[in-house]
Amino acid sequence: MYQLAKVDKKFPGVHALKAVDFQIGRGEIVGLVGENGAGKSTLMKVIYGAYQPDGGQIIMDGKTVRFANPRAAMEQGIGMVFQEQSLIANLTVMENIFLGYEQQFVRFGVINWKAMATAASAQLAKVRLTIDPATVTSALSFAQRQLVELAKVLTLEERVQGNLVILLDEPTSVLAEDEVKLLFKLVRELTTRASFIFVSHRMDEVMELSDRIYVMKDGAVVDVVNRGEKTVEQIQHKMVGRNVDKEYYREHRQKPFDATKELVKLEGVSLPGRINDISLTLHAGEVLCLVGTEGSGREAILRTIYGMRTPLRGKVSLKGQEISRFSPRNAVERGVGYVPRERKVEGIVAGMTVYENMTLSQMGRHSSAGILRIAGERALARDWISKLSIKASSELADCGNLSGGNQQKVVLAKWRSGGSDIMLLDHPTRGLDIGAKEDVYDMIRDMSDAGVGIVLVADTLEEAIGLSHSIIVVKDGAIQKRFACEPGAKPSLFDLLHYMI
Amino acid sequence: MDLTGRFTREDAIRWAPLMVLIALVILFTAINPQFLSLRNFARITVAAAPALMVAVGVTFIILMGSIDLSMEGVLSFTAVLFCYAFVKFGGTLAAGGWIALPLILLVGAVVGMINGLIHVKLRIPSFMASLAMGFVATGATVLLTGGGIVKIDDDVFRGLLTYRLLGFPLMVYVAGIFVLIAWFIQTRTTLGRNFYAVGGGEELAHASGLNVKRVRVAGFTLAGVFYAVAAILQVAKLGQAESVTGANFMFISITSVVVGGVALWGGVGGVWNALVGVLIVNVINNGMVVIGLPDYVQDGMLGLLVIIAVVLSTDRRAVTVVK
Ligand SMILES: Nc1ncnc2c1ncn2[C@@H]1O[C@H](COP(=O)(O)OP(=O)(O)OP(=O)(O)O)[C@@H](O)[C@H]1O
Ligand SMILES: [Mg+2]
Repeated sequence: MYQLAKVDKKFPGVHALKAVDFQIGRGEIVGLVGENGAGKSTLMKVIYGAYQPDGGQIIMDGKTVRFANPRAAMEQGIGMVFQEQSLIANLTVMENIFLGYEQQFVRFGVINWKAMATAASAQLAKVRLTIDPATVTSALSFAQRQLVELAKVLTLEERVQGNLVILLDEPTSVLAEDEVKLLFKLVRELTTRASFIFVSHRMDEVMELSDRIYVMKDGAVVDVVNRGEKTVEQIQHKMVGRNVDKEYYREHRQKPFDATKELVKLEGVSLPGRINDISLTLHAGEVLCLVGTEGSGREAILRTIYGMRTPLRGKVSLKGQEISRFSPRNAVERGVGYVPRERKVEGIVAGMTVYENMTLSQMGRHSSAGILRIAGERALARDWISKLSIKASSELADCGNLSGGNQQKVVLAKWRSGGSDIMLLDHPTRGLDIGAKEDVYDMIRDMSDAGVGIVLVADTLEEAIGLSHSIIVVKDGAIQKRFACEPGAKPSLFDLLHYMI
Repeated sequence: MDLTGRFTREDAIRWAPLMVLIALVILFTAINPQFLSLRNFARITVAAAPALMVAVGVTFIILMGSIDLSMEGVLSFTAVLFCYAFVKFGGTLAAGGWIALPLILLVGAVVGMINGLIHVKLRIPSFMASLAMGFVATGATVLLTGGGIVKIDDDVFRGLLTYRLLGFPLMVYVAGIFVLIAWFIQTRTTLGRNFYAVGGGEELAHASGLNVKRVRVAGFTLAGVFYAVAAILQVAKLGQAESVTGANFMFISITSVVVGGVALWGGVGGVWNALVGVLIVNVINNGMVVIGLPDYVQDGMLGLLVIIAVVLSTDRRAVTVVK
C-alpha cells in the first residue's frame, strides 16, 4: 500500500539514506531498528513529508507521490508521533490536538471552545486519557504528553478517508511499563484502520509488537525479518555488526565503594507536593539508583541535589559542606554534573557545534582571562567522539543535526569530560542503541573506579538492578525501602515492584 | 555544500545576504557606472561606519535573544558628553582632549551596564528597559545641551574624516579594527560563547551552570561601549554633537542586523552578518541617490527590505522546527 523504492537522502557530510527499499501493507505493524545515527528518524521524516528524498520514489497505492510538507502527507493519511516532545507547552491540550485545524470549530470568526473541547475529549478517549482538554500542556507528565501526541495524530481518522500510516519514533522511551502495555494495546486495536511504523531501541518491545522488522545500518536496510524468524541476538548482531556482550551490565566490574567518603548527603529534605523527608547518602565510587514510578519524586531529588530546586526543609550537603544557596552554578562548581532526561530543552544547544556543547559547562577550564583555547576544546571533543563512537561528521558539526542517541552521548561526554565527580544521571541510556548502552555501562564502571559518585534514574528496572551498589525505592515522594546490591546478591524485579506500587 | 559538492539550501540561506550585496552592487553599477568608483565607495563606508558600530553592539544583544532600543539616546548622550569633555580637556587631541576618548568608552559601558542591570534585576523585558533607558539618555542630553549644539574644532581629531589612506578616511579603518575586536570577542572568548549559549537555549545555559544574568549584563555593557565608539565616529564625521545626533540609528542598525541574517530569536548569526547587513543598507541608500530616486521611494524600499529579510529568516526557523 505504501512503498519506498531506492530512496536516497544526503546531508552535508552524511549519506543518511542509501537506496532504501521499504514497504508496509494495510493494517501491518512494521518495526524499524538500528544503531544511533543509522537513519531511522531520517527515514521517518521522508515518509511523513518533512524531508524530500534526493533520489528514488514514494509510491502509494501504485501511484508515485511527492509530499511538499508534512501537511500534504497528513492529507494522505500519514501522521507522525514525535520522538522528542513536539507539543507546544503553553497551549492547552485541545489547542495542541487541533493545531492548524481550528477552522472546523470557527463560527462567525470566533472559535467555539466548547465544541473543540468535546471533540478533543473524543480524541483523548481513543487513547484512554481522562484529562480536561483545557489543561495547559506543560502541566502533563511525559507519558501523558506522549499519549496526547498520539491522540493528535489520531484526528486523521476523521479527517482522511481510507487507510492511515502512523509513525511512532521511540514512543516508549519515556513511558513506564504499564503505559507501554496500554500503548501497545491501543496500537493493536487501531490496526483495523491504520498501519504503524514503530521505532524503538528496546528490542523486546519491537519483537513483541511488529509483524515485520527492518534492520538499518549506516543508512541502508541490511535485513528484513518476519515475526519469529530470528532471535533478538541475531538481529542485534546485524545492527551493530558484532556480538553483544552477555555481561551486559558489567557486574563483574562492580567493586565495593568507599564508605568513608561522603559526596552527597540529604537529611530530611522536603519539597512540598514533590518529595517528603528524604534522607540519603552517596559515597565515592557508589552507584545509587532511585527506583519508582513516573512522578514518584525521583526527578525532584536529582534537581534538588543539582540546585535547581530549593528545599523547604532539610539539609543538603555536598562533600561535607552544607548548601545554603541553591543554584546549578553552585553545584557545578562543587563538581556536580547533571544529565537531564529532557534532552531537547536542557541537554544540548541546537545551533552550537559538538565541541561547543561539550565544553559549555567547563569553559573556565578551557580559557585564560576569558579567552578560549579552541584547539584544546576541539581536541577534547575529537577524543570523546571516538571514545563514545559519536556519529558526527566532525567536532564542528551542528549538534542539532545529530541523531537523538548521538545527542545523548554528547551530553554524557560534556559532564564526564568536565571531571565532575558527582554525577546525576536521569535516564542516561534513553534512546541509545545496545552498542552505545554498553559504552555507557562501561563508562559508569570507569567512573566508579575513579571514585565518582553516581545517582542514577535508570531506563529499566533491570538496568537499575544490574548497575547499582544501592537501590532506593521512592513512592509518592517518600523513601519506601533501601536495598544493597552486591554482585550475586541483587534484589529481584519482584522485590522492587512490591515496594513501588 | 553536501557530499557531492552541490550547493544546498542551507548554503543558499547562509550566503544569501552576501549575494544580495554583490547583486546590488552589480545592479547599481549597471544603471550608473559612477557607482563603482573608489570615491563613491569611500562615501558609502564613511556613511556606514557609525551605523556599523551600533549594529555590531546590538548584534551581541540580539544573539542573546534580547533586544536593545537604547542606541539613539545613548549615542546622543555619549556624543554630547564627548564634545564637552574634549573641549574641557583642552579642545585639541594634543592638548589633552584624548582623555575624552577612553572616558567616553567608559561612560558607554556604564550606561549599558545600568541598562542591563535594570533589565535583569528588575525583570523588565529588554525591549522595555532599553527603550526607557534610551529616553532617559535623550532627556539627559537635552538637559546638558539646553537644545544647543556642541562643536569640536581640532584638525587632528577631524583627521579621522579628512586624512585618507588608500582613498579611505581613517575612521573607516577605526571601524574596521573595532569589527575585528568584536569578531574576536564573538569567536574566541567565553563571553562570546556565552552569548550563543544564552540565545540558543537559556534554560540549558542555566542548567549548565552558566551565570545567565551576568552574561546578559555583560552583553549590554559591551553594546554600550560600541555605541560610544559610534558616537565618537559620528562626532568625527560631523564635527559637532546635539541631542538628535543619534536619530535614525535604531531603525538603520536593527534593519541591518536582520537583513544581514542575524535571527531575532537569538543564537544565529554574528558580527560578519552585521557588517554585510550594514553594507547592504548603505549601498541601497547610496545607490538610490546615485541613480536619482526620490526620497519617499527610498524609505519605502528600505521598509520592504526588512520584510523580505524577516521572511527569509523565519523560513530558516521552520527548517529547524520541523524535526
Ligand atoms: N538535518 C540534518 N543535517 C545534517 N545531518 C543530519 C540531519 N539530520 C540527520 N542527520 C544525520 O543523519 C544521520 C542519521 O540520523 P537519524 O536521526 O536518522 O538517526 P537515527 O537512526 O534516528 O538515530 P537515533 O537512534 O540516535 O535516533 C546521522 O548521522 C545524523 O547526524
Ligand atoms: Mg532518531
